[in-house]
Amino acid sequence: MTGQLHGVSGADTQATHAAEVWQRLEKVCDPELDEPITDMGFVEGVDIDDDHQVSVRFRLPTYWCSANFAYLMASDIRLQVEKLAWVKRARVRLEDHMFDEQVNTGVNEGLSFRQIFADLAPDESLDEIREKFRKKAFQRRQEVVLLGLQGLGFSNEQIVTMTLSEFDAIQFTNDEDIRQKARYCEIIGELGLARQPDDLAFRDYDARPFKAAELGDYLSKLRGVRINMEFSGALCRGLLSTRYKELDRDSDEPTLVDFMLDRVPPARGLES
Amino acid sequence: MFTTPEGKEIFIVDGHTHFWDGSPENQKNIHGKQFIECFYAYHTALSPPEEVWEKAHFEKYSEDDLYNDLFVEGPDDVAIVQSTYLKDFYKNGFNTIERNAGVAKKYPDRFIVNGAFDPRDGEKALEYIHYMKETFDIKGVKLYTAEWNGASKGWNLNDPEAYRCFELCEKLGIRNMHVHKGPTIIPLNKDAFDVHDVDHAATDFQNLNWIVEHCGLPRLDDFCWIAVQETNVYAGLAVALPFIHGRPRYFAEVIAELLFWVGEDNILFGSDYAIWTPQWLVEKFWAFELPDDIKQERGVDLTPEIKEKILGLNAANLYELDVEEHKAKLAKTPVSIAAE
Repeated sequence: MTGQLHGVSGADTQATHAAEVWQRLEKVCDPELDEPITDMGFVEGVDIDDDHQVSVRFRLPTYWCSANFAYLMASDIRLQVEKLAWVKRARVRLEDHMFDEQVNTGVNEGLSFRQIFADLAPDESLDEIREKFRKKAFQRRQEVVLLGLQGLGFSNEQIVTMTLSEFDAIQFTNDEDIRQKARYCEIIGELGLARQPDDLAFRDYDARPFKAAELGDYLSKLRGVRINMEFSGALCRGLLSTRYKELDRDSDEPTLVDFMLDRVPPARGLES
Repeated sequence: MFTTPEGKEIFIVDGHTHFWDGSPENQKNIHGKQFIECFYAYHTALSPPEEVWEKAHFEKYSEDDLYNDLFVEGPDDVAIVQSTYLKDFYKNGFNTIERNAGVAKKYPDRFIVNGAFDPRDGEKALEYIHYMKETFDIKGVKLYTAEWNGASKGWNLNDPEAYRCFELCEKLGIRNMHVHKGPTIIPLNKDAFDVHDVDHAATDFQNLNWIVEHCGLPRLDDFCWIAVQETNVYAGLAVALPFIHGRPRYFAEVIAELLFWVGEDNILFGSDYAIWTPQWLVEKFWAFELPDDIKQERGVDLTPEIKEKILGLNAANLYELDVEEHKAKLAKTPVSIAAE
């Protein structure tokens, strides 16, 4: 009886740990798409050993996906997972990629992209790329909430003078608006564009406030950004599902965690 | 020839087709295997289910298949067949100009064979351009800036050695530069999708036409800014068009952006055969209408006249095809007879 209880509680800890890791992984985004790698289906599995070492396996839609993006995701995975206090060490394993060995060795040993690809890209720094895609992520999220506000009947004048606290109080009804509102607030906080309740909720990436009359042109620019990101997103999802359609995704571990996090469709959840 | 439901005949120039051999027998290494698999993933991900091929057939199809899919079952009048070498991945190359010219010879007036060169080959690239002009009388080339070559992991259109090649092309009357700017293989460093080099080259070579294949997706915004300033920049629709099936609203947004920025005279149809077959693409494109809100927002429309330009007349202009004259020529060898 005791043994059984002990077993259950051990499994519980393990499941909790796994759930925590998956929650950290939700923070890792594909830089080009601004979507969590977990939503994209890139994460193939999480292994946690008795020594609290975590290994995260992931894969991308094609063998050729950009090495720099692969590296950014791999290093962010490691960074996010190691934020958990109980994790002794996090390792990544990129699979089926042209540069999987280089990326894995590099990220697991803490080398920079430039060091890994010294022969191929000696003067490469990823900061510029990171910055460029951060701006696109900001713009994409901003477009969704701006269009959402227009949809609720707010005038351009009301939008450009709206404060953060006023924006906080807005109740969107559409799922994507709700999701992107939270993500927009997160990114403007990180970028320092708006932190206090009285700060303007909307400025451009360079912190310039808008005039009501410019908002239309600005939105048409943001549309271009979204079209690109949607293209990449749709393509990546399509290619990934085609590439791995032969694999039985239901057998992916850890099923208990999937169940806890409500990832498993109800019909199959109980069986697994 | 595509006949509309109203009975109007539309002249179709397919701006982007391939005649490749990606079969396991021709693959040199894992890269060759992964390359064709990636193409196959595009094919299956974006085609309507009834248009999906068996993998072995996709890897290697015959001259007859090509002819049939484009001209007999398909609506094409003329197809521009692009050359892509990839000799590091495939023993005999993926689709070389010799392979393309072989099939073109069998069906006169049906194919326009484009060459390819790599400016990083220096003098050899210049010699090769001469060779392609003399042997195949090419009028255009396909350029792939993300391709690796020795220690180099890509090149830019505004590199000095590229400019020497373009000067020669201009001199020899090779005027159509199809630049691959879209989803790319082996992108390694920096932003492999960057399109800004098109701006420089198009400004400096006003007599050349710069057809940006895959319309710069996934950098459509940057591309549109460039295209609006340069009248000699064109958008090739390959890869963008198949979205018309799975995500029509999204396709509407893309084509509206292109119509607004690039303009109706500078957009070219391309099936990217054999990744997609032209019949369903042309049928769906002809039946497609822009949603009212997008029309109003951008102030553009996709009228039958505009569709006709995109489907053939614009490319005919670039390749100096007299449409009526060409139609008359083709009428002498109806496809069903020629196919036998």
